Amino acid sequence: MQPVAVDELQKRGLSAENAHEMLMKMMLIRAFEEKAEELFAMGRVHGTMHLSIGQEASAVGLSTALDSRDYLLNTHRGHGHCLAWYGSSPDLMMAEFMGKETGYCRGRGGSMHIANVDTNNLGANGIVGGGLPISVGVGLTIKLRKTDQVAAVIFGDGGANTGAFHEAVNMASIWNLPVIYFCENNQYAMSMAFHRAFNIEHISDRAVGYGIKGMTVDGNDLLQVYDAAVEAIARARAGEGPTLIESVTYRWKGHSKSDKQAYRTRDEVKEWQDKDPIRRFAAFMGMTDAERDALQAQAHQRIEEAVTFSENSPEPDVAAILEGVYA
Amino acid sequence: MPDQNGSTNGARELTYAEALREGLRQIMAQDERVFIIGEDVGVYGGAFGVSAGLRDEFGAERVIDTPISEAGIAGACIGSALTGMRPVGEIQFMDFITISMEQLVLQAAKIRFMFGGKATVPMVLRTPAGSGTGAAAQHSESLENWFVHVPGLKVVMPSNPYDAKGLLLSAIQDENPVIFVEHKLLYRTKGHVPEEMYTIPLSESKVVREGQHLTVIATSVMVRRALEAADILAQEGIEIEIVDPRTLMPLDEKPIVESVKKTGKAMVIHEAVKTGGYGGEIVSRIVESDAFGYLEAPVRRLAGLDIPIPYNRTLEAHTVPQVQNIVDEARKLVKGDY
Repeated sequence: MQPVAVDELQKRGLSAENAHEMLMKMMLIRAFEEKAEELFAMGRVHGTMHLSIGQEASAVGLSTALDSRDYLLNTHRGHGHCLAWYGSSPDLMMAEFMGKETGYCRGRGGSMHIANVDTNNLGANGIVGGGLPISVGVGLTIKLRKTDQVAAVIFGDGGANTGAFHEAVNMASIWNLPVIYFCENNQYAMSMAFHRAFNIEHISDRAVGYGIKGMTVDGNDLLQVYDAAVEAIARARAGEGPTLIESVTYRWKGHSKSDKQAYRTRDEVKEWQDKDPIRRFAAFMGMTDAERDALQAQAHQRIEEAVTFSENSPEPDVAAILEGVYA
Repeated sequence: MPDQNGSTNGARELTYAEALREGLRQIMAQDERVFIIGEDVGVYGGAFGVSAGLRDEFGAERVIDTPISEAGIAGACIGSALTGMRPVGEIQFMDFITISMEQLVLQAAKIRFMFGGKATVPMVLRTPAGSGTGAAAQHSESLENWFVHVPGLKVVMPSNPYDAKGLLLSAIQDENPVIFVEHKLLYRTKGHVPEEMYTIPLSESKVVREGQHLTVIATSVMVRRALEAADILAQEGIEIEIVDPRTLMPLDEKPIVESVKKTGKAMVIHEAVKTGGYGGEIVSRIVESDAFGYLEAPVRRLAGLDIPIPYNRTLEAHTVPQVQNIVDEARKLVKGDY
């Protein structure tokens, strides 16, 4: 690793091994998403999916800064955050995506509802902004139990324009709850461009209106995301309340499976692909292209194993269709 | 055993609101996971006084006043329940629950199922429904059937102080999200309530008055009106049997079916508008059951008119079933005048 990288990591208390893990997680997400798209195109999965290719640094930077005792509330574009979370299994992720009984949600949830409550991953959410009010409740649990946990809730630029955003951030602020409001501004709410949906330069500017700290970071720079998250988490653990972080990034793929992307140009996509968070971090680590590609191939291999596991997994039993509605 | 129909016989009496408060106080003292959250529930004591004094007793951390944020209140309940607490939220008027629909319908009700049965959302959302207060169309709704239609939610609707306390304690201890529908006109009504903690199982319909001529299935304040009507009808020699489902979802239909098999006639009474109301469900359960062959008359629904609740006192009273309407309709059914 190049000395400048070693210095930068050391400043943050991170080792070369940590850096390697973070890179591998980003690569695993990339591989999962590419495979998901391929399986979809081949008709081997049904329904819909929302790919986070291009946003990997945002997911990995945040989860690395959090601890396994903390809570995660995720979005519909949540494969990456799930894979980056503590103890997550690509096998169970893929099995859920493929609707199998062995999946995280026994094939009942699918791409938009992957959760693993046992590890404090409180789930992805099919409703834009739907996790925001729930984050208030998680924050209250932490406050009432007087633990030093924090909750991170992820939402997009679209979610930031729901009414729920206002109610939730205000409540977290007045009660000083340990919640990180992590907005992944990937430039589009489906087709609605950020600059058409907001009359402000940064979504984090809204923090002022709630009396909390706001930060905007380059969401394609892993360490910038990590630094912002570390700062916000420290504040939350110290009882200093919530933070609004805007992680500026870009989704390379369409909104979901059937998006013709008439709202943006190929040049724009290309421009953002040049800011590929994986290539950037690999370059920062001083890796050659060949070394990087070899690691990415390993990640793809791991996802192939997940596909094999899923294909060999049983379908849910129709006789159990009524299970899990009521406890 | 205490008399569960609200008659007292000199026993300890509480109002419906006091019964709810006593239940809340007792379970909060026993279970530190339980907390109250809603608009004006703390200093003010709740718009209808249900949580009066609890903030002084348990502190502002466990009796939490919120901004006007109904989606936030519902979300606060969901998130805390999902992480091990036992929240009791309050939506000040059932009309305002419309603001929390996304959280209740798409999150609270579905989280367990979507997560493969691996999560629970043990929350209660209390809310007063009903007209009769002159508060007009945006403060008088009875929307219980909206929630009956959403698998994953339970819907409870107590009609008297005894049930109010026992059902609330059951709802708080239940592992599922429960919409607990109270009635504004019942808050000051009195009845026997034992001091000790007791629970009434959810999904247990109750025959609150026995009779042989007609089965009346009534909910909430309509149970009280049906009981009054029954006294009047009894003077004419007509004995109606009244069944209170108490929990609308999941419904314990057996006592209803058995009663109809006994009387051969059935009438459902609720305050909510008739079209798409809970009465349709009850009627369906009856005609789909083996009670069908016992029916001697058409099954009747007596319910709110299909209009918003009007402000004018006379119009308001004419919008929902009153005692005299129940007497008239019951008499017609029993006498074959339909």
